[in-house]
Amino acid sequence: MADLSVDFAGIKSLNPFWLASAPPTNTGDQVMRAFDAGWGGAVWKTLGNPIVNVSSRFGGVDYGNTRLMGLNNIELITDRPLEVNLREIREVKRRYPSHVIIASLMVETKEEWREIIRKAEDAGADGLELNFGCPHGMCERGMGSAVGNEPKVLEEIARWAVEFAETPVMVKLTPNIGDITEPGEAVVRSGAHAISLINTIKSLMGVDLDRMVPLPRVGGASTNGGYCGPAVKPIALHLLSQLSRHPEIRRLPISGIGGIATWRDAAEFIALGSTTVQVCTAVMHYGYRIVGDMIEGLSDYLDEQGMKSVNELIGKAVPQYLEWGELDLSYKVLADIDPAKCIGCQLCYVACMDGAHQCIHLPGRTEAEARAAGHTHVPAEVPDRAALGKGAPAGARVPFVDEVECIGCNLCALVCPVAGCITMKEAPNGAPETWNDRIQKGTDVVPGGLEATAAARVRA
Amino acid sequence: MTAPLHLPPGRIEERFEDKKPPYDEAEAIAEANRCLYCVDAPCIKACPTSIDVPTFIRKIATGNVKGAARTILTANLLGQSCGQACPVEVLCAGACVYTTWGRDPIKIGRLQRFAVEWALMKDPALFKPKPPTGKKVALVGAGPASIAAAGYLALEGHRAVIFERRSIPGGLNTLGIAPYKMKGDEALRELSWVLSLGDIELRTGVSVVRDGEAKAPGEIAARDLLAEHDAVFLGLGLGDDARLGIPGEDGEGVIGATAFIERLKADPRLTLEGVRRAVIIGGGNTALDVVHELALLGVEATIVYRRCEVEMPGYEHELAAARIDGARLIESRVPLEVIREGGRVTGVRFAAAEKGRAIAGDEEIVPADLVAVAIGQSRATAVALAFEGVALDEKGRVVVDPATGRTGHPRVYSGGDCVNGGKEVVNAVAEAKVAAAAMHEAMTAAGAAAAGPRAALRGV
Repeated sequence: MADLSVDFAGIKSLNPFWLASAPPTNTGDQVMRAFDAGWGGAVWKTLGNPIVNVSSRFGGVDYGNTRLMGLNNIELITDRPLEVNLREIREVKRRYPSHVIIASLMVETKEEWREIIRKAEDAGADGLELNFGCPHGMCERGMGSAVGNEPKVLEEIARWAVEFAETPVMVKLTPNIGDITEPGEAVVRSGAHAISLINTIKSLMGVDLDRMVPLPRVGGASTNGGYCGPAVKPIALHLLSQLSRHPEIRRLPISGIGGIATWRDAAEFIALGSTTVQVCTAVMHYGYRIVGDMIEGLSDYLDEQGMKSVNELIGKAVPQYLEWGELDLSYKVLADIDPAKCIGCQLCYVACMDGAHQCIHLPGRTEAEARAAGHTHVPAEVPDRAALGKGAPAGARVPFVDEVECIGCNLCALVCPVAGCITMKEAPNGAPETWNDRIQKGTDVVPGGLEATAAARVRA
Repeated sequence: MTAPLHLPPGRIEERFEDKKPPYDEAEAIAEANRCLYCVDAPCIKACPTSIDVPTFIRKIATGNVKGAARTILTANLLGQSCGQACPVEVLCAGACVYTTWGRDPIKIGRLQRFAVEWALMKDPALFKPKPPTGKKVALVGAGPASIAAAGYLALEGHRAVIFERRSIPGGLNTLGIAPYKMKGDEALRELSWVLSLGDIELRTGVSVVRDGEAKAPGEIAARDLLAEHDAVFLGLGLGDDARLGIPGEDGEGVIGATAFIERLKADPRLTLEGVRRAVIIGGGNTALDVVHELALLGVEATIVYRRCEVEMPGYEHELAAARIDGARLIESRVPLEVIREGGRVTGVRFAAAEKGRAIAGDEEIVPADLVAVAIGQSRATAVALAFEGVALDEKGRVVVDPATGRTGHPRVYSGGDCVNGGKEVVNAVAEAKVAAAAMHEAMTAAGAAAAGPRAALRGV
C-alpha cells in the first residue's frame, strides 16, 4: 500500500484528505467523528466575531437523476461563541494528536487578527487558514472575498498573520477574480506559507418561478451565495493549475478545493499540484464515510502506477498543461464507431449534425437526401452496416463517420451512451507544428491586417 | 350527457390493486431521466399511434408535464387507457434499446399514465376545437374506436353523436380491461374528458338496426342514421363469447370470459361465493386475464389450452405474470364435457390432445366450481350488414380500405375490433385516427364542392 502521508508546509498529515472549513467542521464532535472515519485533517469552520445566520441557507442544482451536482450556501462563518470553538479545538487535539487541525480565521482589524491567531494557536491548531474567499455576507463587511479580490489588502493582512503566527499560515483564495495569479503573487509577497483554493463561486441558484424569488429563499427574498460541489471541479482545477504552473507561486504548497468527491477527483487535484485536498459538499451529501473509499482508491491507484508515495503524484500532470499556442496543430484524431457495440440510437448523428461538423452520415440515403438533411460533403460511399450492439433494434444501422470531414472534436464519443462504442483514433499526421511556430515562421497571423495575413498564408 | 361517471359501488373489481401503480412526480422524473432520447426511436415505430415517446419523456424530465400530455394525446386521445392497458412489453418498451441491451426498459406506459393523469386532473383544457363546420357524424358503439374518432372529429369542429346500445359506455375500455391494469371508473373519466373536447353527444341505450326493423323505442334504423348524418363510423367491437358446444355447458357455473370480466368490473351483484376452483378454457389474452384475475381473488385457477404453451396466442409476459400470482396451466387438453352434480358444476372432463385434437381414450377430470370459456368472440355482423355496401370478410370482419377506414359504403367508415378481429385499444385508436382524418377530408371536400368551385379554391 502506497504511503499517503504528506508534509504540508511543515504540517504532517496522515493522508491528504482534509475537510474544508464548512458545516462539516462546525463542532468538535463532528471533527472527531470525521477523524474516526479516516480524514487526515480538518479546517475548522471559520472563527471570527460570531454572526447571526439566516434560514434557509442552501440551494442545490440537480442534474438528471443526480442530486446536488452543485450546492450553494449563504451561511456565514461560525455562529458559535469563540470560546466554545477554542475549547473544542483543544479537546480534539488532545484526543487526536496525530490529526491535523487548521483554524480558519476571518476578522477585520490588525488587533483582531493578532488576538484570534494567538487564541487559535493556544488552543492547539496546527496551522491557520486565512479565509479571504467567502463571496457572500462577509465581503459586505469588508472581509472574505472582499480581501481576496484586492491583492494589496490581501498581502497586508497576510503579512500581519505571518508576523503574529507561530504555525504555518495558509491563505484561502477566492475564484471570483479575473486573474488568480494576482492574489497568488500577493500571497508569495506576504511571506505566507501555503495557499488553499478555491473558495466558493459567487452564484444565484435559481428562481422560484411561483413566488418570483431567487433561491435559496429567505422569506420573500434571497441573495447571492457561494457555489460548490461537483459542478465547480473543472473551474477549480484550472485555477489550481494557474498557480501550480506559476514559477514563484508553485513553490508554496497548495491545498486543492472544489468539487472533490472521489479518490479520482483527489488524484486529479494532486496531479495538478495539490499537496492536500479539502472536501466539503460530498460530505454534506453523503457523510464522512466517503473517505474510506477515497483512501482505498487513491492507494490502489498509486500502487497500480508504481508510486510508493502520494508525493510522487504531486504536480505530475502540470508540465502537460500548456498554452493553446503550444499545442500541436498537426495532431489529429478521428471518431471510430464500433458496429459490435452500436445500438443505433443515433445520438452521435444528431449531435454531429446540429452541434458539430455534419460528418456523421446515416446509411441508406441518396446523395440528394443527405444534402436535404444538411450534409454539405457527401462521401462516395456510405457503408450500410448493421448495428450489432447489445440493445440494437432489428434493422438498426451504424452511422458512418466521413473521415474527410471529421475534425476529431470528441462530441460524438461524449454523447454516446455505450461505453467504448465510439473511440477517437489517432490518424497519421504531419510533423508537429504549433500556433506559436506558425507565428514565428510568419505563416499564421502577420502584422498589417487581414489581407496581409491572407497573403502570408498563400505564400506559405 | 347521459354517461354515468361512476360505476356502482361494491364491485369485485374494486378489490384489485394496480399492478403498476401511478408514479408520483419524483418517480416519474427519475424514470424519465433514464431515457436516452434516441433519434428516430424504435419505441415510436413500435407504437400503432406513433406517439413521440422520447419527446414526451423528455418533457416529463424537464417538468413540462402538460406538454408531455399534449404530445401523447395529440397522437392518441386515449393516452390514459393506453398507458395503463397497452402491452408495452411487446410494443414500445419491447422495442426500447434498453430491453435488448439487458437493462430495464423505460417504463413508457407508466410515464404516459403519469403525464396524462396529471394533465387531465390539473388542466384538462389542453385542446380547443375548431369552429363548428356544420357537419355531423354518427358513431355506432361507444368503445375505444368510436370514442377516439369522435374526439378527433370534434376537434376539427364536427358534431359527433355516439350511439351505444348498453347503458354503460366505453366498451372494452370500461368493461374489459383487467382490473389490476385499469378500473372502469378510470376509463369513464377519460371518456368524459374526450366528450368534453367539443360537440360530442353520447346516446346510450340506443341500438342501430336494419332498415324497417326500427320499431321499439331506443332503436334507430341504419338508413335514418345515414340520412341525418354526413358520415357514419362503425365501432362495433366484437360480439358474444363463443361457446364450446359440449354437454353440460348450459346453465349456472359456465360463463363466457368477456361476460365474466364485464360482471367483475361493473356488476355489484356478482359474487364468487363457493368458487374455490376455476377452469378457464382457452389460450389467448382474455383467457390469461381471467385466470390471473381469479388467481388474485384467491381462487385456485387453471387455464386449460388445447395446444402446448409455446403455441398460446396470449402474451408470454401475461402468462408469466399470472403464474407468479398462482395461476396454473394445463397444456394439450380439449374439453369434452362440463360435469354437473345436481346442476352444480363440479369439473370438466378433458381429453389429452395432440396438435389441438383429442386423443381417444386418454381422459381426465379437472375439478372446478366455475368454468370460464375464452375461446374467442363472435362478430357483431348484424349491425354492419344493416348498412348497404358494407361487406365482411370470411372471418366476419368489416372490410375497409386501410388508408381511409372506408367501407364499401362511401359514407360509412369503420375501425377497431370489428375490423381487425380483436386487437389492443391502441390499435382501435390508430384505426379511428385514420378514419376520422378521412371523414374530415371527405366532409370538408364535399362541403367545399357544394359551396361552388370558387369556394373550393379558397379552401372554404
